Amino acid sequence: MSFAANKYDACIAGIYEHPLRVAPDHTVAQLHAEVAQGALQDAGLTLDDVDGYFCAGDAPGMGPVSMVDYLGLKKLRYLDSTDTGGSSYLTHVNHAARAIAAGQCKVALITLAGRPKSEGSSGTQVRSQWASAPDFAFEKPYSPAPLNTYAMCAMRHMYEFGTTSEQLAWIKVAASHHAQHNPNAALKDVLTVDDVLNSPMIADPLHRADCCVVTDSGGALVVVHPDIAKSLKKPVVTMMGAGETTKGQMGGKVDLTYSGLAWAAPLAFKEAKLTPEQIRYASIYDSFTITVLIQLEDLGFCKKGEGGKFVEGGQLISGKGKLAFNTDGGGLCNNHPANRGGMTKVIEAVRQLRGEAHPAVQVPNLEFALASGIGGALGTRHGASVLIMGRLQ
Amino acid sequence: MSQANQKQAEHRLPSPVANPENKAFLEAAQKDELLLKHCNSCKESHYYPRTICPHCGSDDTTWIKSAGVGEIYSYTVMRRGVEVPFAMAYVKLQEGISMLTHLTNCDFDSIRVGQKVRVVFQETQDGQKTHLFEPV
Ligand SMILES: [Zn+2]
Repeated sequence: MSFAANKYDACIAGIYEHPLRVAPDHTVAQLHAEVAQGALQDAGLTLDDVDGYFCAGDAPGMGPVSMVDYLGLKKLRYLDSTDTGGSSYLTHVNHAARAIAAGQCKVALITLAGRPKSEGSSGTQVRSQWASAPDFAFEKPYSPAPLNTYAMCAMRHMYEFGTTSEQLAWIKVAASHHAQHNPNAALKDVLTVDDVLNSPMIADPLHRADCCVVTDSGGALVVVHPDIAKSLKKPVVTMMGAGETTKGQMGGKVDLTYSGLAWAAPLAFKEAKLTPEQIRYASIYDSFTITVLIQLEDLGFCKKGEGGKFVEGGQLISGKGKLAFNTDGGGLCNNHPANRGGMTKVIEAVRQLRGEAHPAVQVPNLEFALASGIGGALGTRHGASVLIMGRLQ
Repeated sequence: MSQANQKQAEHRLPSPVANPENKAFLEAAQKDELLLKHCNSCKESHYYPRTICPHCGSDDTTWIKSAGVGEIYSYTVMRRGVEVPFAMAYVKLQEGISMLTHLTNCDFDSIRVGQKVRVVFQETQDGQKTHLFEPV
C-alpha cells in the first residue's frame, strides 16, 4: 500500500504539544489525557470520534490496555503499542496512516507523556526491557547510557571524516536561534559556537550544550481518513511516504557512522516520489548534536561524511540557511518530552505545513516537510523512522 | 585535568547476570580468557555471543578463544554525572568483530582511535571478573 498512489489516503488533522516543561503536580496518565484532548480539539473532534489508539511502551500501566480505559475510548477497533523509544511516534503515524488506508479505523489518536524532569534525569520509570535484553550481560559492566554511546558515534565520525566540535556546535546554535521565538521553550537564550564549546565536557567529544533538554511534557497527534479531514477547518496535511527500521551492533560488525535512516529514508522518498532537494523544512531528531549530523547524511541532504560542512555557518537557521530545521527549538532547546522527541518532531513539521509556525521561523509557501526520529541509543541499538508529509493544495 | 588520570580500578563495575547462553563466556572470564562465538557454517565470529549465528542463521556455533588483541574503534570518557570518570570504548578485535568495553591503565586524555590494545580482566562489584582493555 502506498500513500503516493493516492495523496488522500491519510491526513494529520490534529496536533498538540503540552505547554509545561516541568509538571510535578501531574500524573503521567493525566498528561496523556490533556494532550489527547488538545489534539482532538485542534482537529475539531472529540474522544468519542476515536476508533484507533496508539501509545508506546512507556505509557502508564499496561500501555494501551490501561490508557484506553483511562481515556474512556468507547469505539476502539484498532490499537498499536510499538515501542522503538523516541522514534515510536513517527512509526505510529506511519502505522496509523496505513491502518486508515486499509479501512481498519478512521480517527487514530497517538499520545506521549512523561515526567523525567520530576522523577529523575534517567527518564520515565519503565526501563525493564534493558534488563531482559539478550545483550545486557555484555554491556552492564560498562554502564552504557544514551549519552556515552552517542559520544562514541561522534568520536568515530570525527575520526573518519574530520568532523569538528565547532561544526557540531552550529547545530545547537541554529536550534537556539529558533527557540528564542518559542515562549514555551526550556532554553530561550541564543547561543554562539563558543558558548557550546565552553560548556562543560560531559562525555568526549560532547559538551553539555551538545545535549538536549530533559523535560516533563507530552504531545498528541490525530491521524484521520481523508473524508473526515475535508470536513475540518484546519489546512490538511497528508502522508506521502514513510520508512522505518532498527539497527544494532550487527553481530559485532559495528559501524557508528550511520543510522538506520540510511536504509529507511530511501524507502520514504521513493514512496513520496520526492528527493531531498525538494525538502525545505525538516524536523530532525535532536537528542544530541551528533544525532542531527548523522541523520542529515543518512536522509540524503548531503553525502556521508559531509554533514559537518553542511551545517556550519548557520545553514540550519530558518530564513538564513539552505535547510530550516527544528523551528520550535527542537529537543536541543525547546522540549524533549519523556526523553522521547519523536512526537514534537511531527508536531512542528505539521505546524510548518499549516503555516502555523512562529512568523520569525515559518518557511514561506511550504509544500513538503520531513520528520525523522532515532529511538533508543544510536551507538548500541536504535529504532529509526522517517515521515514525508505534504500540504494539500 | 587531574581527574583524567583516574584509573579504571576506581570505577566499580556492575556485574553481569548469568544465563544459559552467556554462562561459558562469564566462566571463562574468571580464568582470564576471552571467548567468542564462531560459526562453523559461515566461518565468521560474532559478538555478543548467542546460540544461533546472527550472520547466517545457523545453529552450528562453537566457542573459540580470542587472542584478546585489537584496536580502539571508538571511545568516550564519561567525565560528569558519574562517581568516577571512566573510558568506554568499542574495541575491534583481531578476529574482526567489535565489543563494548572499558579502557584501563591509561591516561584518559591520551586515548586515540586506532590505538592498539589488549585484554585484561578486572573484578566487578561482587568479585566476578570481566574483560577490559589496556594500551599495548
Ligand atoms: Zn554463520
